[in-house]
Amino acid sequence: MRLARLRLVITVIAALALVLPVASIADAQSKGTIKIASQSPLSGGQAVLGEGIKLGAQLAIEKQKGNLEKMGYKVDFVPFDDQAKPDVGVANAKNIIADKDIMVVIGHLNSGVAIPSSEVYKEVTLAMISPANTNPVVTDRNYVNVNRVCGRDDVQGVVGSEFAHGTMKVKSAYIVHDKTQYGQSIAEFFKADAEKKGIKVLGFEGTEEKSNFDPLLTPIKAKNPDVIYFGGIYDQGAPFFKQAREKGIKSKFMGPDGMDSSDLTKIAGKAVVGMNYTSAAGPASALPKAKAFVDDFKKKFSKNPEPYAAEAYDATTMAIKALEDLAKGGKKITREDVSAAIRKVKHSGITGEIAFDSKGDRLKAQYFVLTVASDNPEKWGDNKIVKQLTIAPPAVKK
Amino acid sequence: MDFDLLIGIFPQVLLDGLTLGFMYALIALGYTMVYGVLEFINFAHSEIFIIGAFVGVEILLSFKSAGWLDVLPWVLVLFLVLVAGMAVSGAVAVVIERTAYRPLRSAPRLIPLISAIGVSFFLQDAIRLFESLWRNSFNLVYPTMDVLNHRFELTETIDVSVKSLVVIVAALMMLWSLHTLVNRTKVGKAIRAVAEDQAAASLMGINVNRIISLTFLIGGAMGGGAGVLFGVQYSLINPYTGFIPGLKAFTAAVLGGIGNIPGAMLGGLVLGLLEAFAASYLSLLTGGAFGAEYKDIFAFSILILILIFRPKGLLGEVVRERA
Repeated sequence: MRLARLRLVITVIAALALVLPVASIADAQSKGTIKIASQSPLSGGQAVLGEGIKLGAQLAIEKQKGNLEKMGYKVDFVPFDDQAKPDVGVANAKNIIADKDIMVVIGHLNSGVAIPSSEVYKEVTLAMISPANTNPVVTDRNYVNVNRVCGRDDVQGVVGSEFAHGTMKVKSAYIVHDKTQYGQSIAEFFKADAEKKGIKVLGFEGTEEKSNFDPLLTPIKAKNPDVIYFGGIYDQGAPFFKQAREKGIKSKFMGPDGMDSSDLTKIAGKAVVGMNYTSAAGPASALPKAKAFVDDFKKKFSKNPEPYAAEAYDATTMAIKALEDLAKGGKKITREDVSAAIRKVKHSGITGEIAFDSKGDRLKAQYFVLTVASDNPEKWGDNKIVKQLTIAPPAVKK
Repeated sequence: MDFDLLIGIFPQVLLDGLTLGFMYALIALGYTMVYGVLEFINFAHSEIFIIGAFVGVEILLSFKSAGWLDVLPWVLVLFLVLVAGMAVSGAVAVVIERTAYRPLRSAPRLIPLISAIGVSFFLQDAIRLFESLWRNSFNLVYPTMDVLNHRFELTETIDVSVKSLVVIVAALMMLWSLHTLVNRTKVGKAIRAVAEDQAAASLMGINVNRIISLTFLIGGAMGGGAGVLFGVQYSLINPYTGFIPGLKAFTAAVLGGIGNIPGAMLGGLVLGLLEAFAASYLSLLTGGAFGAEYKDIFAFSILILILIFRPKGLLGEVVRERA
């Protein structure tokens, strides 16, 4: 027993002796590699948005890694596919924290994936900047490493109900959600505020169904609400709305930023034309400095940037700026330093002025209400902005 | 509670349940027929089902881009698509049997089951690979045919769409022809003989391998037909769509009595109706405490109850007639 332990110790020391000198030699030659990871669904039903996030981050790194490279760092981009599944996201996160070169994670698309994955990043204070996670919990945990450049659902839900009440003048609403952390909570925020404003909520249903919405729609048709709100993502919302119209339901449709993808019209076609949705990411055409970004993006990837690609670009730029600030200091860059530095960066990005508050929310986030303009998915970028708001996040809850 | 509403939507829910139920019944046949002759569960059947849906969408999309969709009469288009879906799914089922199950036929029952699960995964990702290379998309949408979306308004809350009528009529025709085939023809007699006793059947001069292939062909064709109808009715499909309907159809087959053809039909209808009623009525009856999301829990609880009291399923495993 004793001998075995001794042998183990010797083996470990021998192994370290082999590894350490090699590592220090590598350090002497250059200052090492900095990797920036992205996590978003690259396969499956939500891949359109996830791919946009990946490409946005990739473009930002290619455009802006110059300064870091001049300072002697090699900059790499490592995209991960979280498949929009919490378990896959967490498994990827464990691989990410094991790779000591990864200093920042750009991601995720789904709050339900981001929240458990960021618990893993927190173990090593690895910074995460989210382009798209709007669930309040993401930042309300007060983690030093978690930030987001988009808005929050407790504000977005209210923006939606405000619009339904004030502009659409609806008297009754039927609310359906997808039972995910994102979809259900934004549906609840919408419901709570709608009730406060005197809109009659005729029903509140969750469903994991992906194809057959008939039995769900029958009572909705009988109750004939003024508006149907779907809290969820387009791959489920689109067939839901399509089948609703086919069933002869005449209510207006509404949804949160999960509907914001050209696939919504690709799947639902004419059924969703004229539908309103709220978003925490405006169409690139509406953003102040987006033209150059859209052109670069099209040139490089020969397709239009999906919503959140611009946010991913900005999130990545924030990360690179923080890394540059640290690299100028000359010290060895640690994950703790990166997390702290990101909170200090102020940046005028393509989605506007970005700076984070003490819990990682964007100081002034933008919210939009948009109307679907055409049943042609190519023209998703032409959707009209009917309302635009800049709202500060709610104060830190203790 | 609003009784007018509850009663008012009843016929619509019944219709939705029947449409869904017929679809389950068609898929369930594939499970039950294979179980009848080989006594194992062909878990790849859910993918055979969705292959039918993909064949359908590919044909409709190419018709659409060729501009034929508006020219050809819609009944003809649907018939063509249905036949093509059935043919391809049937053929795939036969190939699977030949390559993945026949070499394992003398192995213990668990082995082909594992092989079936493997085939299922393989097919899912093969479809995904094909569609991402061919159309670069994950979700495929059935092109809209305006005739199919026409609705007959019976009352203010109840209407029948041409779609659900097509599904029900097509399913009834397929079920009827299968029933005739199995019970009235010589081939049907051979299938029943193989189901009852393979060794004896082969002594009577029946080519057992050919009959087993034929069983897979028929079961696969029924599944493929169901796939096309599923696509026409619910329009959105992706490579993983087949899993849940497949699982439910398997349950329907068990509910009706696995190995029993009329049982699979009855089981499918019962499960479809239970699901539709649960999804529409649960939240109305409980004042929102239990919503539509509990439809599967409700449907499967009833199922467990039925199986506790009738462990062999509603119609039981009728040994003499199973096929």
